[in-house]
Amino acid sequence: DTSLAEVNSFSPSMPISPSSMINQYKFEDGPELRDLFITVDDPESHITAIETFITYRVVTKTSRGEFDSSEYEVRRRYQDFLWLKSKLEEAHPTLIIPPLPEKFIMRGMVERFSDEFIETRRKALHKFLNRIADHPTLTFNEDFKIFLTAQAWELSSHKKQGPGLLSRMGQTVRAVASSVRGAVKNRPGMFTEMNNYMETFNQKINLLDKIAHRIYKEERDYFNEMKEYGPIHTLWSASEEDIADSLKGIASCIDRCCKATEKRMAGLSENLLPILHEYVLYSEILMGVLKRRDQIQGELDSKVDALANKKTEKELFLEEIGKLEDKVERANNALKADWDRWKQNMQCDMRSTFTNVAENNLRFYEE
Amino acid sequence: SRAVESQSEGQCAPVDSLWRRYSEFELLRNYLSVTYPHIVVPPLPEKRADFVWHKLSADNMDPDFVERRRIGLENFLLRVASHPVLCQDKIFYSFLTQEGGWKEMVNETGFQLKADSRLKALNATFRVKNPDKRFTELKHYSDELQSVISHLLRVRARVADRLYGVYKVHGNYGRVFSEWSAIEKEMGDGLQSAGHHMDVYAASIDDILEEEEHYADQLKEYLFYAEALRAVCRKHELMQYDLEMAAQDLTSKKQQCEELATGTVRTFSLKGMTSKLFGQETPEQREAKIKILEEQIQEGEEQLKSKNLEGRDFVKSAWADIERFKEQKNHDLKEALISYAVMQISMCKKGIQVWTNAKECFSKM
Repeated sequence: DTSLAEVNSFSPSMPISPSSMINQYKFEDGPELRDLFITVDDPESHITAIETFITYRVVTKTSRGEFDSSEYEVRRRYQDFLWLKSKLEEAHPTLIIPPLPEKFIMRGMVERFSDEFIETRRKALHKFLNRIADHPTLTFNEDFKIFLTAQAWELSSHKKQGPGLLSRMGQTVRAVASSVRGAVKNRPGMFTEMNNYMETFNQKINLLDKIAHRIYKEERDYFNEMKEYGPIHTLWSASEEDIADSLKGIASCIDRCCKATEKRMAGLSENLLPILHEYVLYSEILMGVLKRRDQIQGELDSKVDALANKKTEKELFLEEIGKLEDKVERANNALKADWDRWKQNMQCDMRSTFTNVAENNLRFYEE
Repeated sequence: SRAVESQSEGQCAPVDSLWRRYSEFELLRNYLSVTYPHIVVPPLPEKRADFVWHKLSADNMDPDFVERRRIGLENFLLRVASHPVLCQDKIFYSFLTQEGGWKEMVNETGFQLKADSRLKALNATFRVKNPDKRFTELKHYSDELQSVISHLLRVRARVADRLYGVYKVHGNYGRVFSEWSAIEKEMGDGLQSAGHHMDVYAASIDDILEEEEHYADQLKEYLFYAEALRAVCRKHELMQYDLEMAAQDLTSKKQQCEELATGTVRTFSLKGMTSKLFGQETPEQREAKIKILEEQIQEGEEQLKSKNLEGRDFVKSAWADIERFKEQKNHDLKEALISYAVMQISMCKKGIQVWTNAKECFSKM
């Protein structure tokens, strides 16, 4: 996006477009803007009679007034993150809640407690919390604050309050059901556009994810064959005199190619693959968000229909309808704002990740 | 230099005549191998496609294979023509210049008879008592060369296969980027052009690997040359064995002669025992035997002399050709390795170009 020269005083490096005045925060904002810093590290294994699980240390530093202290250190396990995510979804059904790493990834044959798996998960959890922190609305969520600050027992007791799993499931079921009933009648064009976009995006991002994994596999196979290729030349040089040096030279070049291939593969697995995976998850999340918006609208529509039929109790209905209309409007606005923001971030992420791939390849060929 | 009218070596000839042509090359080579046993005779290209990686068809009728074999046959003729000894051979000359009746001409030389007996001997196992160290070492070298080159070619084919896979999957990016760009506004252009570069990248591997096939063919020539080298060593072994057998035979005949003349039996023999038991031979019979033996010994000594001479000549001229071959081999292989390195560099340069372009497109998304 190179169109705008005007620069917002809040974000000196990023140009903004008129339609997204609301989106002033981006993931890569400079440190001067942030007032909440979170890190996730130090995985530790806990063994009890019933189970074994990993906890991660969550360190928060903040200058915000609503926090009693400026530094917090707590330990959280994956379950706690799941809880936080579902609370956020509940409170903000039409906001885009960032994806959590999946429970257990079958692909890649990684053991549940292998270092590789734990590290991948840690990085993803770190990203998850930071994305929430950067979100203009979610960052002020009460459950989020409790997650960051409460001690283990405090968190447990807090979790027990509030609507349980069943009610949340009910909400989702209703949302799915209402969308199954057919496209919402009065869905504003903008959201239909979003739906269409998401369907295609979902398809494409899944394909890209598969392609990237396939490339990784092919590179690994290539690497394995190359490992055998170099030493043959060294072996041959042992039988020769005149051309021994040339052969040894080729052998060492091939070995360097091997190392370069390893680096390229590492680049893929550290950068491109995780991001593509996140956006696969994101596309599912977004579909869900769109469905929930439709569902809220559906509630409004059905009440309006009911009003048309029942001429009595008009006032009551009108009040309800008014409330619902508000709800719908708020939901719509929230989604819209979030959507724009998400797209900007996605663009940014994709841009940097593919540029990174290109750079890695350049480095590979240069070496 | 001589004006070599190259025969149409299966250029636009129909399938049938191509095969006949190849068999005529084989005939020529067999003739040369038999007629010049001390020479490392240049090898023919493979009859059937070997060491292929999956994209190249193993089909002998595949035009690429046929073309590469044609080049190989041409190369064979050039090798023979530039060999100081072989280029002067009349049969070779008429192979190049005589249309009809060449086959008959070759058969008239009667080389087949020599070929048959030599072939049998080459495949037989026998032990030489005093092997020439140099030839033994050379034989080991040729075995090693054969084994290492064929291993190298096999792995190279597998590496080529994998490399092909890496490049081609990137082509899928091109397609998906293009489809994705259709729903994007700001990212669309960048994605679309990046996709185009991915397609270019994926397509580039075809030329790269085709070039590598030429390198593989150069190595293959020396794989087959190793066999020719080995054949010379074996022929020498055969000669040596022949010589040793002849010498042994002569010695035993001399011994027999001596025994008959002096009447002493040094070695036990059934015949000796039976003659002792059942009566000895008459002096006339003995005289006759001695005379025959003496004739045989005379013949044998002359044969041995000429065999020794033959052997020494063989070693001298073989070794001269082996030195020539070594120099040629070192030169050719060095050049081949250098050209392989150059190929790899050019592949990397292409890669750099494509990814630089792609990076630019990505950063504009």
